[in-house]
Amino acid sequence: MRLLEVSDLTVAFSTSDGVVRAVRGVSFGVDGGRTLGVVGESGSGKSVAALTLLGLSRGANVSGTALFEGRDLLTLADDELRRVRGARIAMVFQDPLSSLHPHYRIGWQIAEMIRAHESASRSAARRRAIELLGLVGIPRPERRVDDYPYQFSGGMRQRVMIAMALALDPRLLIADEPTTALDATVQAQILDLLVGLQRELGTALIMISHDLGVIAEMADEVLVMYAGRAAEVADRRTAYYRPHHPYTLGLLASIPGSAAAGGDHGRPLRPIPGQPPSLITLPSGCAFHPRCRYAMDRCRIDEPPLRQVAGGVAHRSACWLPLNAVGTGEEAEAQRQRVAESGRAASRATADGVT
Amino acid sequence: MSDPDVVLTVENVVKHFPIRQGIVVKREMGRVHAVDGVSFAVRRGETLGLVGETGCGKSTLARCITRLYDLTSGRVIFDGVDISRLSRRQLHPFRREIQMIFQDPYGSLNPRRRVGSIIGDPFAIHGIADGSQRKRRVQELMEVVGLNPEHYNRFPAEFSGGQRQRIGVARALALRPKLVICDEPVSALDVSIQAQIINLLAELQDEFGLTYVFIAHDLSIVRHVSDRVAVMYLGKVVEIAPARDLYDRPRHPYTAALLSAASVADPDIADRRKRILLAGDVPSPVDPPSGCRFHPRCPKARARCAVEPPELVRRPSDSPNHLTACHFPVEATDDLARAAGTGGPPGGQGRSPR
Repeated sequence: MRLLEVSDLTVAFSTSDGVVRAVRGVSFGVDGGRTLGVVGESGSGKSVAALTLLGLSRGANVSGTALFEGRDLLTLADDELRRVRGARIAMVFQDPLSSLHPHYRIGWQIAEMIRAHESASRSAARRRAIELLGLVGIPRPERRVDDYPYQFSGGMRQRVMIAMALALDPRLLIADEPTTALDATVQAQILDLLVGLQRELGTALIMISHDLGVIAEMADEVLVMYAGRAAEVADRRTAYYRPHHPYTLGLLASIPGSAAAGGDHGRPLRPIPGQPPSLITLPSGCAFHPRCRYAMDRCRIDEPPLRQVAGGVAHRSACWLPLNAVGTGEEAEAQRQRVAESGRAASRATADGVT
Repeated sequence: MSDPDVVLTVENVVKHFPIRQGIVVKREMGRVHAVDGVSFAVRRGETLGLVGETGCGKSTLARCITRLYDLTSGRVIFDGVDISRLSRRQLHPFRREIQMIFQDPYGSLNPRRRVGSIIGDPFAIHGIADGSQRKRRVQELMEVVGLNPEHYNRFPAEFSGGQRQRIGVARALALRPKLVICDEPVSALDVSIQAQIINLLAELQDEFGLTYVFIAHDLSIVRHVSDRVAVMYLGKVVEIAPARDLYDRPRHPYTAALLSAASVADPDIADRRKRILLAGDVPSPVDPPSGCRFHPRCPKARARCAVEPPELVRRPSDSPNHLTACHFPVEATDDLARAAGTGGPPGGQGRSPR
C-alpha cells in the first residue's frame, strides 16, 4: 500500500457568486522516498487539493478518501488531524516571510513547533532547532537561532521553513511552490537541499508548481491538473517526451526552447489560446475544449475519463484523442489533426472508432 | 558619436539612493549603490535583454532610462539627445517616444477607471486626439493587442491577468513610441498566457519597428526574445553579448552560474548537467565588495579579484560584440562551462531574422 493514496477527491466552495468547483474527482498517491510533481496554472486546483488533505480548506464541501498510513485524513477528527499535521505530514509554502511570525526569534518558532507535538524540554527543543538549522545549510546556526525573520534573506527564510517542516521527521512533505518567490540561483540551492534531504530521510514529497522546469528536475511522477481535474498522469520522462493530453502538449510548447516548442529559440511560440475557465461556470464536456486545437464534437458533450495510454506504464490521460497519439512527433501530430477533423463532422464519429 | 542606427545610449549611468537617518537633521548614513556605472547602446529594432537577480539594479536602470528617476551621474542619450539633465518640460516630447510596460498588470492599472480611458490617457496627456476620434484610436489599439474593442467601457477587474497585460501594452503603444522598456512583462502570468504576450510583443515589434529593452529573470524567455543580452550583478553589467554567444559560451562565472541554476523543462538535460551552486546570498548593495563585486561568491576568484575591479572588455577569442568584466573568464574546458551547457540542442539561436 502506498504511503498516501487519494481517491476521487472533490472539493467545492459555496460563495455568493455560486459554487466554486475547485477539485473534481482527482486521484493520486505517493510512496516514501518518491516525489509526485503536481503542475497546473492558477485555478487548476493543485493547492486546494493539498490544503484539503491537511484539513486547511475551511468551509469546503469535501468528498472522496485520502488514506495516509492507513487512516482517512478526510474523516479524521480535528484533534487527530492536528497530531498528523506538522508531525507526520508537513508543508512548505511559497512565501516564507508571511509564514514566519515577525515578532519571534527563529529558534523560538522552531522549538515551539517541536514542543507542540512532543514533550521536549525548552533546552532540548532549542538544541534540536540549532541542529535543524545546520541540516538545512544555515551557517553558524548556534548564532542565527536567536535572529528574527527580517534578519534572514528570502532563501534563508525558506531554509528555515524547511527546517521547521522537517523538525518532527514527517513521512510526507508537501511543498507548494517552494521556490517561486526566489531567484534562480537561490532556487537551485533550495531544490538541491530538498533532493538531498529526501534522499537522506526517505521522506515522500509532493511538489506543487506551475514551473515545468522545477517539476522536470524534481518529480518521479507527474500529475497535470486543469480546471480541478487530472488531465494527465505519467512518469517524468513520459510526461515530457510522450505527452498525450493537448493541454500538456500546449504547456510544453509554450516554453521557449523546450523540445515541444521545437527546441529552437528562433520560432514563434505556440501558446494555448484563451484563458482558464471560471470554476463556477465550467464549460460543458471536457473543460479544456474551448482552448483545445483538436476539440471535436464529442468533447463539447462528454467529459473524458482518465484512460490508460497505449504503450505507457501507468500513463493515463483524460482526452478523447486516440490513445496511441502521443508525443510531439509529426506522425502523432498528423494523426491528432486527422482525428480532430473527422471528429468535427456533425455525425458523431468517435475518436476511438478511427483508431 | 551619433550613429543614426543607435536609438539609446547609456553612458556610465550611476544611481545611488541615500539612506538618511535622524529626526530633525537628516544625516546621510550610507548609500544603496543600485546602479554603479552601466554603459551600453541599443540599436533601432533591436531587443536588448537585461537579466539578473533581485537587487541587481535592472529595474532601477529601467527607471533611469525613462527618467522616472534622476541619475546620480552619467548620461542617457536618446536619438542623439542627452535626456539625462532635461527639465520636466523639456522632457515632455521625449515621453512620447519612450514607453514602459510593467510587471504587475494588477497594480499598474487604476481599478476605478474604464479601460478605454486608461488606454486613452496618453492621447489626453499629449493632447493628440479627442472625442470620438480618441475613442476610435483606442479601439484600434485594443484590436491590435487582441482585446475586444467592445469592452471599451469595462473596468480592469473584469479582465484576466493576461488581458490586463494587453491593456498595459496598448497604453504603451498608443503614441507609437520608438523605445519600449518592458520590465518583467510576463513574470506574473501563467505559462500559457506568457507565450501569448511574448508572441504579441514580437508581432508588434515587427509591425511598428519597435526597439525593446526587455527585463526579466527567466533566462529562457530572455533568450527567446533578445538579440543581445546584458547580465547585471550588484549594479554592474558583468557580461553583454549576442544572445546565442552568451548562452552557448558564457564567459563570466556569474553568467555561467546563472545559466546552470535555471531550471529546464527537459528531464534528460536536467539529469545530465551538474549545477554550480553559488555559496551564500547576494551581498548588500549598501556596502558592495571591493574589486570585482562577484569575487566573494566566485569559484574562480583569486587575490587580484578582491582588489582591482575588472573592466567590461572584449577578449581576443570572443565574437566582436561579446564583452566580459572578469579577470579570469570561463574557458571552454572549465567545469563552469560544462555546467552552464543548459540550452537546447546545438544550433538553438537567439532569434531568427524575420
